[in-house]
Amino acid sequence: MSWWTPQLAATLWAMFQALVILLAVVVVGAALTVVERRLLGLWQDRYGPNRVGPFGTLQLIADMLKIFFKEDWTPPFASRALFMLAPNLAFASLLLSFVIIPITPGWGVADMHIGLLFFLALAGINVYAVLIGGWASGNKYALLGALRASAQTLSYEVFMGLSLMGVVAMAGSFNLRDIVAAQEGLWFVIPQFLGFVTFLIAGIAVTHRHPFDQPEAEQELADGYHVEYSGMKFGMFFIGEYVGMVLVSALIVTLFFGGWQGPWLPPIVWFALKTSFFLMLFILLRASLPRPRYDRVMSFGWRVCLPLTLVNLLATGAVLLLTGS
Amino acid sequence: MSTDALDRHAPAQSGIDRALGLLDGFREHIEHVQPTLTGLPVLWVRRERIVEILRHLKAPPASFSMLYDLSAVDERLRAHRDGLPAADFTVFYHLLSVDRNEDLIIKVALTGGDPNLPSVTRVFANANWYEREIWDLFGITATGHPHLQRLLMPPTWHGHPLRKDYPARATEFDPYTLTVEGQQTEQEALKFEPEAWGMQRERDGSEFMFLNLGPNHPSAHGAFRIVLQLDGEEIIDCVPDIGYHHRGAEKMAERQTWHSFIPYTDRIDYTGGVMNNLPYVLAVEKLAGIEVPDRVKTVRVMMAEMFRISSHLLFLGTYLQDLGAMSPVFYSFTDRQRAYKVIEGITGFRMHPAWYRIGGLAQDLPVGWQQLVQEFLDWMPPRLREYELAMMRNALVRERTRHVAAFTTTEALEWGVTGPNLRATGCNFDLRKQRPYSGYENFDFEVPLGQHGDVFDRGQLRIEEMRQSLRIIQQCVDHMPAGDYKADHPLTTPPPRERMLQHIETLITHFLQVSWGPVLKPGESLQMVEATKGINSYYLTSDGNNMSYRTRIRTPSFPHLQQIPSLMRGGFVPDMIAHLGSIDFVMADVDR
Repeated sequence: MSWWTPQLAATLWAMFQALVILLAVVVVGAALTVVERRLLGLWQDRYGPNRVGPFGTLQLIADMLKIFFKEDWTPPFASRALFMLAPNLAFASLLLSFVIIPITPGWGVADMHIGLLFFLALAGINVYAVLIGGWASGNKYALLGALRASAQTLSYEVFMGLSLMGVVAMAGSFNLRDIVAAQEGLWFVIPQFLGFVTFLIAGIAVTHRHPFDQPEAEQELADGYHVEYSGMKFGMFFIGEYVGMVLVSALIVTLFFGGWQGPWLPPIVWFALKTSFFLMLFILLRASLPRPRYDRVMSFGWRVCLPLTLVNLLATGAVLLLTGS
Repeated sequence: MSTDALDRHAPAQSGIDRALGLLDGFREHIEHVQPTLTGLPVLWVRRERIVEILRHLKAPPASFSMLYDLSAVDERLRAHRDGLPAADFTVFYHLLSVDRNEDLIIKVALTGGDPNLPSVTRVFANANWYEREIWDLFGITATGHPHLQRLLMPPTWHGHPLRKDYPARATEFDPYTLTVEGQQTEQEALKFEPEAWGMQRERDGSEFMFLNLGPNHPSAHGAFRIVLQLDGEEIIDCVPDIGYHHRGAEKMAERQTWHSFIPYTDRIDYTGGVMNNLPYVLAVEKLAGIEVPDRVKTVRVMMAEMFRISSHLLFLGTYLQDLGAMSPVFYSFTDRQRAYKVIEGITGFRMHPAWYRIGGLAQDLPVGWQQLVQEFLDWMPPRLREYELAMMRNALVRERTRHVAAFTTTEALEWGVTGPNLRATGCNFDLRKQRPYSGYENFDFEVPLGQHGDVFDRGQLRIEEMRQSLRIIQQCVDHMPAGDYKADHPLTTPPPRERMLQHIETLITHFLQVSWGPVLKPGESLQMVEATKGINSYYLTSDGNNMSYRTRIRTPSFPHLQQIPSLMRGGFVPDMIAHLGSIDFVMADVDR
């Protein structure tokens, strides 16, 4: 078996890991749609979907069957190619970001030295999906949603990148494995609390989750940018949003809460637990908050969050210089 | 009209004197002083001077600052018109002075095949929709109206439905068909043309977006359409379009007996349940001369207040939902469920009990009702506190609602705004205090007032109103008078069943009143009540028949929607959604 080299084995193993992570993320994202509805039900004094399978656990399958068999309708007034491209872009850009997440010491897709920058770049591409989808739909509500999305993303990406620079400066690397390793003694959430808060806010904004769901804003824009989408194309936007939630939660865990680190339990369990906590936070936010007006969201981003991240970065830099570490 | 009717409403005479005094300079233009059972002075004036007269009445010292209602009557088939000026159509203006707590009805007689009269939109801004309505439904032209188009009926409609020669039943028409071409014509007719509304399509080389919001939109609260002229997300102007929920309730009233129209009233403000029955049965009782027992009055108040709470809970949930808060609506629906448990236990139905009767109630209170009501009374106060803590004190809610879509008392009166929306501006005008009916004078409660007349005050005030309603219901539980649940009067419909089974005379009356319906003497009566959303009134005209000759249903939501453009110019789309949520309207209450 001369072709069986350690190199090939490593490649195959990496491919296997990548495949498992990909599937896991998609399945978790899809399952979240049901988990969210059950949790909302719990918090809102009602049942939520509880009919399919024991405790509604098979609801996911029913939903998937439904969405697969729905008519995949493209409106005649839409620009076809762009209309098809948008959901793929939305789904792929966030999914690709998982490449950089180190799940456990042994698991992870790629160990890239540009790690964080890769995520920021893909998050930037993600807004094109919304923009293109809203524009290509040929619908005024979709267009308004797309405009809101681009304005919002523009405002929030600026300080999202900056909010992470403190972490990068402390760890001295963009590589997420290095960042996790740097949190051995102290999770970055403590020295980088401002960075954590601003990144959390930006993360919610980037995934268009409530209360930053301005681009969708059901009460105002009747679902905004994806109002013309149906069937699996809508499904990709929909699951894409949940994948985004998983991604942002995983990033928060990795960057501020020591990633897989934790006593007694195996790393994968710690990682899953911490991520679930933030996923739950996302859902709780949706259940509890009203939606601010979108111009306020914008001014909050520029007037509060951006200065905060700058102060945080300057302070981090100053401390690092003074302590000479 | 007989004189004994006037005696029954003696206070009207002093009102008539005062009204005549106020119109001293116009004596020669007053054609007739009509005695009615409305309790209000009713003056007929000449058509030519109507604008001047209304302008004079609006200004001090008369200060009839609100055009409360404006509608018309087709007089051509009316048999009992003794002494009234000759008319084919009558247009009436119901003016209301909040300062003096006094009303005045001005009527104008129109004759000839092409009825018309000068538009009063320059005097009262809210005459706009009312004049469009009488053009739409009666074919009466308001000369000088800025935009005299159909309001409730589709733009392609032929004929004027509330005219007496216009059929009321589907069986009187050819079968309805809609071809593909017909459908296209209808759709074309609904297309919005900015030019028709004096709007520009562009400014400084950049085009405006015309956004068609509704009739199907998550926040339109029913089939309501509003076309927005947008610059970015800023609203330059907007045009509300109503009529998608029009079911011709006023026309139906002319085809239903006095008794069998009661269930239709439930469906006017469909969140108000028996609150809708109240003005109708009170107005009918005025016509019939029925005085109901105290028990009936108290039960009516109790159930009406139950529905006020239920309606306000629906308001609160959807209001917060429109601000983007997802959960409150589920909590408020849980509470409504509790209210419905009580309502269902007492009336047997949930949303549309149609439970009040002419001269009484459908049944007496069931055994054990106190406990049922008390459970609800104990349940609500902590919940209301929770809503305040979780939502009304929330910074995001405050930011979304404070100083948004605010209007002053003067503006409110100009547009005919009533109810909680008027009181949110600080104007203390609650009919339950100002003109107590059905025994409200016996209850101890306060009228909550707002300050800024903004979206926030409109929300907060309704929470406070629910507390006051709970107080009233508590007093009903504690002091429910004993007695009969029906008045002992020949026109009480249906007559008491116990006696019906013993006396042949009562049996015959029962049979006639249920099958044919009670016959009421000719006359006009009117009853205003403080309904869930504002002042609701029924203006009934009887022509001595078992059916109404004309039923005018004045609903609060109609003027509230008409006011929207004046508030929204310069606002953002989310502000308008917040305002729509804070008005608390249902489309059936607008279109009837």
